[in-house]
Amino acid sequence: MVVVTEVLTGNYSVAHAVRLSRAQVIAAYPITPQTTIVEKIAQFVEGGEMNAKYMRVESEHSAMAACIGASATGARAFTATSSQGLLYMSELVWWAGLGKFPMVMAVVTRAMAPPWSIWSEHNDVLAHRDCGWVIFFAESNQEVLDLTIQSFRISEDERVIQPVMVSLDAFILSHTATPVSLPDQSDVDDFLPPLGSRRLPFILDPANPAAYGNLAYPKDFMEFRYEVARSMEHARDVIVEAGREYGKITGRYYDSLVEGYRCSDADVVLIGMGSSVGDAKDAVDMLRDKGYSVGVIKLRTLRPFPFDEIRDISRGKKFVGVVDRDFSFGFGGIGYGEVSSAIGGRVPVQGFIAGLGGRDITVKDYVAIGERLVDMADKGLEPMSPIWIDLKREVFK
Amino acid sequence: MSYSHHLPISKPVDGSVGSTGIWRSFRPVIDQEKCKHCLLCWLYCPETAIKRVGEDHMQVVIDYTYCKGCGICANECPFKAITMVREG
Amino acid sequence: MSVPLRKLSLKEYLLPGQASCPGCPATIGLRMIGKALGDNYVLVIPACCSTIIIGPYPNASSRVPVLHIGFAASASTASGIKAGFDALGKHGIQVVVWAGDGGTADIGMASLSGFAERNDDIIYICYDNEAYMNTGIQRSSATPIGAWTTTTWTGKVERKKDIPMIMAAHKIPYVATASIAYPLDFVAKVKKAASIRGAKYIHLHSPCPTGWKFPSNKTVEVGRLAVQTGMWPLYEIEHGVFKLSGVSKALVDKSKRRLIRDYLKLQGRFSKISDEQLSALQRYVDEIWEEIVLKLNGQRTPSTSS
Repeated sequence: MVVVTEVLTGNYSVAHAVRLSRAQVIAAYPITPQTTIVEKIAQFVEGGEMNAKYMRVESEHSAMAACIGASATGARAFTATSSQGLLYMSELVWWAGLGKFPMVMAVVTRAMAPPWSIWSEHNDVLAHRDCGWVIFFAESNQEVLDLTIQSFRISEDERVIQPVMVSLDAFILSHTATPVSLPDQSDVDDFLPPLGSRRLPFILDPANPAAYGNLAYPKDFMEFRYEVARSMEHARDVIVEAGREYGKITGRYYDSLVEGYRCSDADVVLIGMGSSVGDAKDAVDMLRDKGYSVGVIKLRTLRPFPFDEIRDISRGKKFVGVVDRDFSFGFGGIGYGEVSSAIGGRVPVQGFIAGLGGRDITVKDYVAIGERLVDMADKGLEPMSPIWIDLKREVFK
Repeated sequence: MSYSHHLPISKPVDGSVGSTGIWRSFRPVIDQEKCKHCLLCWLYCPETAIKRVGEDHMQVVIDYTYCKGCGICANECPFKAITMVREG
Repeated sequence: MSVPLRKLSLKEYLLPGQASCPGCPATIGLRMIGKALGDNYVLVIPACCSTIIIGPYPNASSRVPVLHIGFAASASTASGIKAGFDALGKHGIQVVVWAGDGGTADIGMASLSGFAERNDDIIYICYDNEAYMNTGIQRSSATPIGAWTTTTWTGKVERKKDIPMIMAAHKIPYVATASIAYPLDFVAKVKKAASIRGAKYIHLHSPCPTGWKFPSNKTVEVGRLAVQTGMWPLYEIEHGVFKLSGVSKALVDKSKRRLIRDYLKLQGRFSKISDEQLSALQRYVDEIWEEIVLKLNGQRTPSTSS
């Protein structure tokens, strides 16, 4: 067993994971900051390190179309994109999810335009949280690699048969290099199902003709939606199982939909997704040193949404703060909305909006958030409308 | 355990929308005496509703279960062997 | 070029009792594809009339596998299917797109150009009923000048987009025009396409009784007149060499072309056509043939025979 540690950016971590997973059809269109994923994969294919059909499609919409087509033959397909690209393929992202086409897509989370931005924001992924994709958020480049490999297995598991999205934050992860441990190729081969073995959802095969996806009258339609719904419920166990098996190979366990850090004895809990949770963990250590009883919960999966886990971890807490790197205009933070529904009013929840368009969310910001929450808890205050962190209010005179 | 999924898969069948013969206002009637077995009606039928029968498959008959009475066969027959007759 | 009628297989790949309008040209086309390719092909069908024709869940009127897909995506989906088959070592299955003019030349244009530029090994067949028929007869870029549609009540102003020539400009190995009125020519062209590696495009003229407003028994007759008047030339461009097909060969001689009014008068969509629009249509036909003559004369090898 050969385990290699390389210094890799998040994007290269995706590329290596796709190589190790032996993806068979790659169809992608470049968009900053995803580009180095597809460039690296092209290098692997042309350099003979990867045996895949690489399609240089002319748009993201065509990239998803090609992946759906490849998936329909039973081949292992992969694509990657960000913000505008994800929106451009949106129609077919729904098609892949509702139609149950297994595949993996890496999304480098990027703010949507206008104004143009190439930096991190979660709205692009969150805008697709409803369409039947399993969605992961990675905190580190190691998680990016590990989650991408696991995603192929989860996607093709006969209890799931749904596409899977792995989100990594723009530049913070995508373009920042850190040491990443690469598992052995033969271990990955054992971990993933054999190529070409998949028969679900249906395989294009002249020997067994069928038409897939045609008109369904109202009397027949709801059951197809329910099928996707129950597959997403099955995904909970499949994710945990895959995470446990992966841990046995690598020592890194992903056997839960959330990760708690110093939560069990905390009075106040912060909840977040993505790369900035690492900073939240540092902030929690500093807050603890100051005597504040604070912990962090990382949402590793956005879909299926970890209702039970959130409810359980937040039981008995005095206050919960959700930090959203996104915003739903006319509502508030999307993570805030979903967490609130899981907590169901048992514990007060305060929403924070931070880091939109790639603005830094620093450890200091998290410390301030933590102190604020402790203060609100001590004073028995009601939660208020979302608190925007580091906003330049002077601009709004 | 083999897992089954409920999927929008459609299987090949005749009459996917039922007996389309009920759409007809006119039905084609082949005068087998005049028919010279050129097979043009069979070639052009949009409904796959003309069947080639007989030992050599050169005789044509209308499948009235599905024929929609479009009249292309009658219009194209070079020998005027097909007449469109009003349905009851 | 043609396949003899008696050589056509008896096996039917479009089953009877489907949802098409009586006299639908698309179903003639679908039947002929099966005659050309036999058992070993799959169809990719975007949103179009044929989506409905193939049948509602759980029934299908197609004897070959069909992957239904979103409107703009058919060429790319087909390319992905081919890549998947290749990756899995499943060789020899033809991947065929069957798309309307809207999904080909308008909303699907980018995807169409993409597959051609990449020379992806698929057969793209556009059945052209000259409007967005599935949504109720709205105009497309393939609608001819002067034609009534529900979005061009006084007749279309712009000329018909020349999609086969756009495909030829991509220098793909095979481009052809065909008509449901000449099905044996179409079958031969599909067979030829299947024998060539790379991107193949066939544009199938499909007169629609419902949308063009003519009686359902005239579908083939209208299609024939389109070719005989020169409005729809039958040709192939194989590895860059332009060749007229069948009855179109003789129409280089203008006197051999029937008057376009013979074609137009059969169709309700042209019943209110103005004199100006009529002249524009006549000019359109003349220009097509002037360009054809230039092409034939400019080629290094004479190629009016096949």
